[in-house]
Amino acid sequence: MKAPPRAHPLWLAFVLHRVSGLALALFLPVHFWILAKAVTAPGELNSFLQLTEQPLVKLAEFGLVFLLAVHLFGGLRLLALEWLPWSDAQKTLAAGAVGVAVLVSGTFFLNAI
Amino acid sequence: MSVEDGKLTVEVWRGAGGLGRFETFEVPRQESQTVLDVVSWIQQYADPTLTYRYACRVGMCGSCAMMVNGVPRWTCRTHVGKVATGDSLTVEPLRNLPVIKDLAADMDPFFDKWVQAEAVHHPSETRHDPMRAVDADSSARQQANAGIECINCAVCYAACDTVSGNPDYLGPAALQRAWTLYNDEREADPEAILDAVSGVGGCHNCHSMGSCAQYCPNELNPLAAIAGLKRETAKRVFRRRKNA
Repeated sequence: MKAPPRAHPLWLAFVLHRVSGLALALFLPVHFWILAKAVTAPGELNSFLQLTEQPLVKLAEFGLVFLLAVHLFGGLRLLALEWLPWSDAQKTLAAGAVGVAVLVSGTFFLNAI
Repeated sequence: MSVEDGKLTVEVWRGAGGLGRFETFEVPRQESQTVLDVVSWIQQYADPTLTYRYACRVGMCGSCAMMVNGVPRWTCRTHVGKVATGDSLTVEPLRNLPVIKDLAADMDPFFDKWVQAEAVHHPSETRHDPMRAVDADSSARQQANAGIECINCAVCYAACDTVSGNPDYLGPAALQRAWTLYNDEREADPEAILDAVSGVGGCHNCHSMGSCAQYCPNELNPLAAIAGLKRETAKRVFRRRKNA
C-alpha cells in the first residue's frame, strides 16, 4: 500500500540527515586514502591536488561543505529534539534565534572573505 | 451545480487477507458529507456485503480510521469536500495492519503492542484507600496530560514508516501511552515501563520522522513522548553506572 505523503518538515529533515550522512561516509575513506598519499606517494598527491583547480572539483567542494553543514546541524537538531524537554514554542524561539544569528554573522562573514 | 446534484466516484478496497482489488462506486454528494457517510451509503444502498468499522461517529471511539486518498484519517470527522480530488475518492484499510476484510483492519497487533510496552496501569493503591490528590501543575502531570486525549485510532501507527520497516516496533501510540503512565504519579512500577520500552522494538527504533505527529487527528505529539522515553531510558543507564 502507498505510504502517506511525506513532504512535511520533520520527514524531510530525516532524509536530509540520512542522505548527507551516507554521502559523507562514502567521501571519508577516499579522503583518508588521498591524504595517506602524502606519506606513501607524494608525487601522486601533487598531481591530484592540481586536479582540485578544476571548476567541477571546486563545485564538488561546495557540495562537501554543504553536506557537512547539513549533517552537523541535523545532528544538533536531533540532540535538541531528543534531549531538551522544551515546549514547541520554546524550540521555535530557539531555532529562530539561531537562524537570525547565522544570518547576521553570515553577512559579516561573507564581507570578510 | 450545487453539491446536492453531484456524484462522487469512490474507489473502495475489497478483499480479505492479503488479496483484493479496488471496486468503484458512484455515491451522491451531500452537504457536509463525511468519508464515513460515503462508506455507510455504499453499504446501505449499493453493496450490503461491504465490511467496515465504526461506532460513535463523533471522533471519540477511534474505530473508523482508514486510508483516504493514501492518507490515514478518522473518517467520521473527515469532510469529503476537504479531501476529495475533484469528484473522486479512494478508501483503503489502515496501512501497517493485516486486513480482516474490505476496510476493516485487524487491530490485534496494534493493541498487543500496548500491552508489550507495559502501557497498562499498575495500581499503587486499592479502591479502599483514599483518593490521592494529583497536582495538576506539576511538570510530570503536564507531560502526562499531553497524551491523554489519544483515542487509539491507529492513524499514527499507519502513518509511521518505522512500523512498516520493523514489524517488532511498538509504534507511536503504545509508546505515547507508556510515557503518559510513566509520568502518572499513581503509577506503581515506572521501572517496568522503562524496561518494556527499551528492548528490541522499543523507543530507540524511532527515527524522528514525525509522521505520527503530522497525521494525529487529535493533534497529539507522540514524537515528543517517544523523545521523553529515550531521555529517561538513557538517563537510567547513567544512574545504574553510578550506583554500580
